[in-house]
Amino acid sequence: MTGLDRIAPLFDMLCPMHVALDDDGRLVSAGPTMKKLLGPGEVRGQAFLDIFQLDRPRTVRSVSELMESPRTRLHLTFRRPPRTRLKGVMVPLPDGQGAIVDLSFGISLLDAVNDYALTAQDFAPTSLAVELLYLVEAKTAAMEPLHNLNRRLDDDRKVAEEQAATDVLTGLWNRRAFDERLARLSGGVRPFALMHLDLDRFKRVNDTLGHAAGDHALKHVARIMSEEIRGRDSIARIGGDEFMILLEGVTDDTELAGIARRLIERISRPMPYKDRNFAVSASIGIVIADLEEAMTPDSLFGRADLALYAAKSAGRADHRFYDIALEHQFESRLDGTEPARRA
Amino acid sequence: MHGLVNTSIERFLRRAYGNDRWQAVATAADLGIDTFEPMMIYDDAVTEAVLDAASAQTGLSRADLLEDLGTFLVSDTSMEPLRRLLRFGGDDYTEFLHSLDDLPDRVRLAVPELELPRIESHEITPGLFRLSISPGLPGFTQVFAGVLRTMADDYGALVMLDHRGQRGGCDEFSIAVVEKDFATGRSFALGTGGT
Repeated sequence: MTGLDRIAPLFDMLCPMHVALDDDGRLVSAGPTMKKLLGPGEVRGQAFLDIFQLDRPRTVRSVSELMESPRTRLHLTFRRPPRTRLKGVMVPLPDGQGAIVDLSFGISLLDAVNDYALTAQDFAPTSLAVELLYLVEAKTAAMEPLHNLNRRLDDDRKVAEEQAATDVLTGLWNRRAFDERLARLSGGVRPFALMHLDLDRFKRVNDTLGHAAGDHALKHVARIMSEEIRGRDSIARIGGDEFMILLEGVTDDTELAGIARRLIERISRPMPYKDRNFAVSASIGIVIADLEEAMTPDSLFGRADLALYAAKSAGRADHRFYDIALEHQFESRLDGTEPARRA
Repeated sequence: MHGLVNTSIERFLRRAYGNDRWQAVATAADLGIDTFEPMMIYDDAVTEAVLDAASAQTGLSRADLLEDLGTFLVSDTSMEPLRRLLRFGGDDYTEFLHSLDDLPDRVRLAVPELELPRIESHEITPGLFRLSISPGLPGFTQVFAGVLRTMADDYGALVMLDHRGQRGGCDEFSIAVVEKDFATGRSFALGTGGT
């Protein structure tokens, strides 16, 4: 062992995590960092495979087998908690004087520096361990503001969505924007009409042709409405297949009926979709706010809804004006005992 | 200027002088924002405006303000990650000074867009260093003076730092490390304690 004793200080400096083994696979000495890992107690004489579990190569059962295939990459686990995983290589010494096994943490380094309270001196001066730790911390420190930024952007996006006035699918106004507009008009001095348009049996389109077809139909209907309605009027999609149209200054029954009929007629025409055509139809309820009577947006909405309900009940693909008589005709609906949801 | 720099200035002013004073600076500099975004790049003029406004608000000269900023960067608890990254440079203050040559590269490893001036450190005689800082980032020299002094305290070293002025466009410091282990510095372990 004299040869090994002479070179041991060299190994302590170059490979502070090495162990020197005798021919029987027992520890002769260990580098200073390895001693720290092994803990207090005599190192000499302990069997290498009692301390380390050999994970790879799997077929090898003894140190002498290992010595026959030197320079193999070794994967080991400390048998003692915290069961640190190590990488290593075994190099036999000449003339059967045993072997040196140099070990390293590999990626378990991050845990090991905490588990064993390691310092920069515990690593070989040439080791990249400290640089690796530095890099991990630097990346963590740099990632934090990025995470914060992402979180803020996400919050901003949600706020923007809430504040948005546009329905994403159709490009029409959304419910929120429409409510604001209606509230402004209700308190104003100009009369207006409100049309509540609902597609007939739209659910069946979604169910039989799929949601893409349903979306296609909604966009198609939105386009027809935009074409038929004057630019200064407001069209909103207020629900799945429900639309509202605000016509400022229009209070003439005949004119409104004409608009409604035209909308229904165009919407009922078959529309091309992929390699086929399909059709939907629409019903419309109309209420006129002529300012003779103070109306809240809610009551206007309620009347338009009632007129729409009347149109649906009359057989769909039709329009109805709100009339006080409807209130009696559909009393059950008004007092909350709504019949089955119209489709 | 990198948002990290602007954010550091903002954080320093908020911590040292209070949020109201920061708001006054932001208003005087006509920022149009309440807070900087660390990962955005801002026009250099924005940083200049903030520093001018901060000087006016605090009554400190630009140089004193920047050196205080340097002190803040390594001593404030909210900047602990930065202090740790600097401590990775070496086990004692002289090793730390030697490591400064690598500092701009280390910084780029963490934040690729953040370019620091080149730093050259020479140990002329044992314990006596000459530090040369390339031009390119106005005000960096003053900030770095604050960092160097505070890092000496962090390591527990007794040093004498002297800004020798400019040579060949580079700012030069001389640093005499009187005693490496003069006092107990702040603790530093490689591991962060399992976090």
